[in-house]
Amino acid sequence: MALELRGITKRFGSLVANDAIDLEVRPGEIHCLLGENGAGKSTLMNILYGLYQPDEGEIRVGGSPLRLDGPRSAINAGIGMVHQHFMLVPVFTVAENVMLGDERVKGPLLDQGAARRHVREVSERYGLAVDPDATVGDLPVGVQQRVEIVKALTRNAKILILDEPTAVLTPQETRELFTVMGRLREAGTAIVFITHKLKEVKAIADRITVIRRGKVVGTADPSASESELAALMVGRQVRLKVEKEPARDTGAAPAFSVRDLTVRNLAGQAVVDGVSLDIRPGEVLGVAGVQGNGQTELTQAVLGLIEPESGSIVLDGAELTGRSPRERLRAGLGFVPEDRGHDGLVGTASVAENLILDLYDRPPFGRRGTMDVREVRRNAAQRVEEFDIRTTSIEQPVGELSGGNQQKVVVAREMSRPLRMLVISQPTRGVDVGAMEFIHQRIIRERDQGRPVLLVSTELDEVMALSDRVAVMYGGKIVAVVPADTSTEKIGLLMAGANPEDVVDE
Amino acid sequence: MSEQPTEKKAAPAGEKAPPGGLRRVLDEILQGSWLVTALAVVLALFFGAIMIIVSDEEVRGTFSYFFAAPGDALSASWTAVSEAYGALFRGAVWNPESSWNVATAIAPFSETLTEATPLLLGGLAIGLAFRSGLFNIGGQGQLIMGAICATLVGFTVQGPVVVAAVLAVLAGIAGGALYGALVGLLKARTGAHEVIVTIMLNYVAVSFLVWLITTDAVKNHERNEPLSKSVSEAAELPRLLSWLPEGGGSLRLHAGLLIAAAAVFFCWWLLNRSTLGFELRAVGANPTAARTAGMSVGRSQIMAMLISGGLMGIVGATQVLGTANANNALTPSIDAGLGFTAITVALLGRASPVGTVFAAILFGALQAGGRAMQASSGVSIEIVTVIQALIVLFVAAPPLVRGLFRLKGAGGSKAALASKGWNG
Amino acid sequence: MTATVLPPENLAPTGAGVQRGRLYGGIAMIVVGLYGVWAFGLGSRTSGVDTRFVLNLSNATGLTLPDLTFPAGPVALVLAVLAALCGAAKLALPLSGRRNAAVMGVFLLSYVLAFLVWAAAGQSLNLAAVLEATVLAAVPLVLGALAGVMGERSGVINVGIEGQFLLGACTAAFTASLTGSLWAGMAAGCLAGGLFGLLLAVFAQRYLVEQVVLGVVLTMLATGLTGFFYESVMQRDSITYNQALSFPDLEIPLLSKLPLIGPVLFDQNIIVYLAMALIALVHVALFRTRWGLRTRAVGEHPTAADTVGINVIRTRYLNMFAAGLIAGLGGVWLTIGLNISFNKNMAAGQGFIALAAVIFGRWSPVGALWAALLFGFAGGLSTAVQPLQTPVPTSFLTMLPYLATIFAVAGLVGHVRAPAADGQPYTKG
Repeated sequence: MALELRGITKRFGSLVANDAIDLEVRPGEIHCLLGENGAGKSTLMNILYGLYQPDEGEIRVGGSPLRLDGPRSAINAGIGMVHQHFMLVPVFTVAENVMLGDERVKGPLLDQGAARRHVREVSERYGLAVDPDATVGDLPVGVQQRVEIVKALTRNAKILILDEPTAVLTPQETRELFTVMGRLREAGTAIVFITHKLKEVKAIADRITVIRRGKVVGTADPSASESELAALMVGRQVRLKVEKEPARDTGAAPAFSVRDLTVRNLAGQAVVDGVSLDIRPGEVLGVAGVQGNGQTELTQAVLGLIEPESGSIVLDGAELTGRSPRERLRAGLGFVPEDRGHDGLVGTASVAENLILDLYDRPPFGRRGTMDVREVRRNAAQRVEEFDIRTTSIEQPVGELSGGNQQKVVVAREMSRPLRMLVISQPTRGVDVGAMEFIHQRIIRERDQGRPVLLVSTELDEVMALSDRVAVMYGGKIVAVVPADTSTEKIGLLMAGANPEDVVDE
Repeated sequence: MSEQPTEKKAAPAGEKAPPGGLRRVLDEILQGSWLVTALAVVLALFFGAIMIIVSDEEVRGTFSYFFAAPGDALSASWTAVSEAYGALFRGAVWNPESSWNVATAIAPFSETLTEATPLLLGGLAIGLAFRSGLFNIGGQGQLIMGAICATLVGFTVQGPVVVAAVLAVLAGIAGGALYGALVGLLKARTGAHEVIVTIMLNYVAVSFLVWLITTDAVKNHERNEPLSKSVSEAAELPRLLSWLPEGGGSLRLHAGLLIAAAAVFFCWWLLNRSTLGFELRAVGANPTAARTAGMSVGRSQIMAMLISGGLMGIVGATQVLGTANANNALTPSIDAGLGFTAITVALLGRASPVGTVFAAILFGALQAGGRAMQASSGVSIEIVTVIQALIVLFVAAPPLVRGLFRLKGAGGSKAALASKGWNG
Repeated sequence: MTATVLPPENLAPTGAGVQRGRLYGGIAMIVVGLYGVWAFGLGSRTSGVDTRFVLNLSNATGLTLPDLTFPAGPVALVLAVLAALCGAAKLALPLSGRRNAAVMGVFLLSYVLAFLVWAAAGQSLNLAAVLEATVLAAVPLVLGALAGVMGERSGVINVGIEGQFLLGACTAAFTASLTGSLWAGMAAGCLAGGLFGLLLAVFAQRYLVEQVVLGVVLTMLATGLTGFFYESVMQRDSITYNQALSFPDLEIPLLSKLPLIGPVLFDQNIIVYLAMALIALVHVALFRTRWGLRTRAVGEHPTAADTVGINVIRTRYLNMFAAGLIAGLGGVWLTIGLNISFNKNMAAGQGFIALAAVIFGRWSPVGALWAALLFGFAGGLSTAVQPLQTPVPTSFLTMLPYLATIFAVAGLVGHVRAPAADGQPYTKG
């Protein structure tokens, strides 16, 4: 047995993040840890890596009990970890990142040459191509992930933990990762693969442990069906489908259109590259794509947070480019940003204030520079009720709410004013299943009231379930716009940058 | 961990719509922030006492034979400390030994309020910038520019009493506001960090002031030391208590206090009841969310620095037009370190207008009492700076204070300001 | 997890911002250069007279250079035109990094020389004396800036350098007077600075106090403490507690005989040499050693450092203590380096200038050196120009470095980026 956890329990205040978790991982096996967001997987892995200390329970590596009081002792015990958010210093080179904490020196100075050789050696042995002299910040995410794996392997990891490794990868990069994982398995490495994606689990796992709300709810074989696994993971049969009528008015003229939109970043690269799209009234256009292919910048340009180099954005016949975000919001644009904590909410301000964050200076809330506090509270009470926002009071700081309730605050705010168009990014990221269904219904309701909806999500299932048409974005371009009933495989290929003609003509 | 709802930005003490003033005060006492403040004052005074003991030559002498006669050392220490702090109290609050009439009885408190006036205005200025996410270390420069403008108007305009004073104060506001707005403008347009810009502008202002009071148009030709012409009598701020019999004329409290009181109300209204204040707070707590909600972060920053600088400009005006300066004229040290003391006032007041009132009165009392202490027991007034700095340091680190007093900490430590660094 | 865990996001402006910076910067340089052509080159002060530059200190014993005498008008004109051309170059060519800095350097140098030629027209100016004043003024700035760099590279913003100067200066003067040993004075002064740095680090890291606020408050504390100590102890018996003392000058053989720079750089006291050594040492250590790699990792991405077993908090404490020793040495210089007794508030804002040098020098030791020399030069210049009776008030010359800093942070010298985790306390989980 390479790794054994017995009765691991971890509490944060009254919250029990891990509740008596048992787990066994054998050498040369890929063990999947399957669970929803918030099920306690990351806590467990942080315990395994010595970042948290468990309140109860025992960790055994190679049969002997082990106290992990920090990453150093985890590394010494042969545990390596690839974090969901890469633990790489962007301004360092690959070699510097790999040697950090385990430096080779020549006299008082660092031995860069030895570090480079070490990186090459390990990357050749496992077929992980990386250039030791490249600056990490310039590398694509897939390569950065390889650097992370190299980093763990140079430290002689016998147990490799991969925390949601595919979240940032294209299907092709994922496939490459799986090849590497297979090679490591053959070399006898024990791999813990944390994910919430059922297909991947079935593709690669040797054994599966499912956790829900901090508890192990069962183990399963890769041969189990997806719906069985899903049921285990979520606790009840999930509806992967959103109930909706097909879009009406498919022949209507587009209410919202983007023409030849190009946005450049500081380095001069076109992050949005000549994008054109049209959305009809009462239609959801979903943008599918791997994170970081220009979706964020596209939505930011629509709101006017960044200035495009060229192109036009037209809503109901009115040109939006050149207008300030405030003017666009006034023009009836509803905007739900992808990162609510960062862009959507002021965490320290109250729920009530967050519910009027973009309405505060207009009647009935603000008149001639003065705010009507009573009106703000009345509005808050009403929205909290209507959107079922779970909060102790409307004066509670919004940062203290759960992810789902925070998202409901954003959605409630954006939908509480007359809209002509809705832009919504990652509507259900980090949100519990109940809130997810609710938010999906509200999106469809906006659509059914005749508004064009631009939906951006990296969860392909979500895009396919909600959209009437799907635009696939890759490398800043819309590579294809396909009907929502196109197969996942085809869209996956497009997301990975395959030539659209080859894919669609198939 | 990424699974819990946590929030990066610590609170600039999120002022909620008040559930009744009294209840909030009660809440805060129970949460311990008032308690921590009180304990911080006690601790700082304790450290001050140690400094008094150590610096007193006679007392040090008694410690040399501490083990032979510890009583000597202890009683000498007690005498030194109680004399000094006694003098401080008599200078700041009430002097029981003075002859009894109204003017002398309130003289110490008049001094306290006189000292508190610029601290209050300055604390509001810095606090407002804090709430908008800006750290205004440029109080000194804005104050100097305000003082310069107020003086120029003050010795030029020979109008009737109220008009001249009002014009001079308005000029002070304009000077400080424009100098402050420059910082906001640079921040908004180029992203230049306000801390560095304000520090540099302080030096620019000082150099400018030093040059200005040597120029023929401004220089006081009757005096040798660097000094500007005095403002006209009409431009001086009227004293508030000169009507009291038997010595009311010597009480220094002046109309600046009324301006400060108005400023408190203005800042409270601005932050809690105005749309601009809502914007400032949102931008201060989370600029990207504010931008996404259609607010103009740059405009808010400029407005915040404009108002903050304007308030600092009033401080400059009152330094010249009030009773701080016997000549009612510009001197090279017209700022008297207020730009920096104001920062501590704002921190102690947790950047809220009402809190700043209490903080300013406390620090004003320390300064008024400190002068009396220096005069009567020879303890250097520098000790007041130490005590003020220590109070703020302790208040900023509630866990430290709780630990020192072995208190169980209820409620988290609310940092007065989010940590953000140069890139933020 | 809290803020530190996610890799910091680059909220960079779009490419247009850089273009605009180049445009404004270039135009500003051209305008300033042309003004120089008009005022310095074609003005009445320089027409028809000579300028004499003296290139030796009055007491120089080694090789000496002859005085430079030349017609003021034409030389000032050429230099000012050169400065304007630098602006044109910035405008026309997309310069990056080093080249941009070089153009900036040529611009500054030629413009300043043009100004000097104009100021000394019909008179003589001792350039060697200006240079020496520059070096002496730069010593505390560069030491303070080095301390700032070390702190900020590990993620702690130190606005309290001013306080460290005061504490170092006060302790050094007091200890040296009391013990009669300059070395004891130096050790005590450094230690005072180190402890101050450690205190700042502890409050920042353990009690999560905002670091800029903290630096300001601690500086106030140091001002009050040293002021109190001065008034109640040192001032009362200055023979025992506060003498003007100084390390003797150490002449380095041969090097000190070099013309111009010899006596300026190599006939100074030990603190100057220590400062030079520290610049080189910190620079190499920061970019070439294990300590440096770990320090930079902790300042850029502390969580990443933690996950490879680096103790983030200990690294920061150690760095802030070591940096404090260096800042303390800057304070030591102000008293027993310059043969001056301690006085209240004698640092007079140099700690804040050192902070500006950290940013101006882009968080690099060598950059900090250049920045400190620039600030020192402006100081030396205003002293040297004073007797020449120029129409420009010296107050305006003293303003120049401050204005230059504002221009620098406003982006005209290019995009400056602090270590990503600078100023953020590290919290696990």
